[in-house]
Amino acid sequence: MYSEKVMDHFEHPRNVGEIENASGMGTVGNAKCGDIMRIYLDIDENQIIQDVKFKTFGCGAAVATSSMATEMVKGKSVQEAMKVTNKAVMEALDGLPPVKVHCSLLAEEAIHAALWDYAQKNHIAIEGLEKPKSDISEEEEEEEY
Amino acid sequence: MSEDKKMIYLDNAATTRTDPQVVEAMLPYFTEYYGNPSSVYEFSGISKKAVTDAREILAQSIGAKTQEIYFTAGGSESDNWAIKAAAEAFGKKGKHIITSKIEHHAVLHTCEHLEKQGYEVTYLDVDEDGMVKLDELKKAIRPDTILISIMFANNEIGVIEPVKEIGRIARENGIPFHTDAVQAYGHVPINVDEYNIDMMSASAHKINGPKGIGFLYIRTGIKIRSFVHGGAQERKRRAGTENVPGIVGFGKAAEIAMASMEERSRREAELRDYLMEKVLAQVPYTRVNGHRTCRLPNNCNFSFQFIEGESLLIMLDMAGICGSSGSACTSGSLDPSHVLLAIGLPHEIAHGSLRLTLSQENTREEMDYVADQITRIVERLRNMSPLYEDFIKHGK
Repeated sequence: MYSEKVMDHFEHPRNVGEIENASGMGTVGNAKCGDIMRIYLDIDENQIIQDVKFKTFGCGAAVATSSMATEMVKGKSVQEAMKVTNKAVMEALDGLPPVKVHCSLLAEEAIHAALWDYAQKNHIAIEGLEKPKSDISEEEEEEEY
Repeated sequence: MSEDKKMIYLDNAATTRTDPQVVEAMLPYFTEYYGNPSSVYEFSGISKKAVTDAREILAQSIGAKTQEIYFTAGGSESDNWAIKAAAEAFGKKGKHIITSKIEHHAVLHTCEHLEKQGYEVTYLDVDEDGMVKLDELKKAIRPDTILISIMFANNEIGVIEPVKEIGRIARENGIPFHTDAVQAYGHVPINVDEYNIDMMSASAHKINGPKGIGFLYIRTGIKIRSFVHGGAQERKRRAGTENVPGIVGFGKAAEIAMASMEERSRREAELRDYLMEKVLAQVPYTRVNGHRTCRLPNNCNFSFQFIEGESLLIMLDMAGICGSSGSACTSGSLDPSHVLLAIGLPHEIAHGSLRLTLSQENTREEMDYVADQITRIVERLRNMSPLYEDFIKHGK
């Protein structure tokens, strides 16, 4: 069902954990849908992401996208991190099954939520960053028989 | 899976290993006795007799008459046939059907389909153990109720419903009673007269028989029409050349299942309880879903708080263990199992469910290994769960 890269990131997730006194922290998703993602960012004075950690409650794809997304933003500037889209995360994982695409949306949202938290704390604006939605939900597809 | 890796199969509610004795019984009906049972020559008579013999075994196994067993392609077809045909047959009398919230989708989606055709369906609640509430059933009965369809045992949480009482209530009110016994048949004793069952669905592959063959029991006097139109097979009620090898295999599987039921159930229940107790003792924040005693002997269903079921399944698979979950991610929708929601579990706990269904081939050593693997994996997933982090830090 999953690509080798997804399985690798699921089996050996990178950057699991917490950061104390993080520069920014964001939690997205909801338990009702079965996916919650939390990202911690440690950002230095030059707006470079020095460290990133995540915690995820969710399926294999949710864990793998969290892991991949943290790898993709680590060492990057805040502006560069904004370019880590769900599409980019998905491509880096060699794709996801169609029903799991919403998991990759969650990873992007979680990073944005953590960046938003950082921006709020430091009273700065990050270009292109909007206030995160508190919830991620997708229209459920109704199948007709 | 590579051959050197040991596999522990704990998904017998999904399907079972076809018994080699069953396969052996089936084999001649592919290449040797391939005749069509409907043909006139002597050669095809062998196939015809094989079908008759199997039908007799199956009828006897539930206390039915031979002519009351109709072969189908499996449990889903049987459910569809029973409900749609009853709706059609009794539609003049009324358009109200009673079922439960925890039925298999073969029943639920059929009922939903009928709702679009103008039928009204009452979906009965169950209690926190998964038992249909009998007083609600009595209250739900109306003059225009034409069918009660309640499963014998649930496929997810293994609960055995009070079928005898349901049958009695149905009979007292003169309403035909269908039961989906796909999970129960061959695992617990069933007698259609004792339980007042008018129609019953069963499937071979849940009892070490082949896939693609099932039956619908229809009590004499329940006049419902053919589901598949065509030839005169199955007393003109289900057209299509008989799946002779499948039917033979079903008969053999039923024969073995009936003979071994008592000893097998005892063994499975003992192993099941051992596993259940061990997991409950080793893993905190865990619950068992479904009634503890009124349940199928081989069914275990856990909910582990703070983790999600699909992740657990994948990690169990890496450890060579096959199980299933009621998490949304395993169903392809965003909602977790309708059964777990019906017994009152919050969504996040329903997402963290694990169903393990044993067979008599499992051993105590395997249960030890499985319990230890579950303990290790749940701990690992909790350590990366933001829900667990919040719980530890803030107690919520």
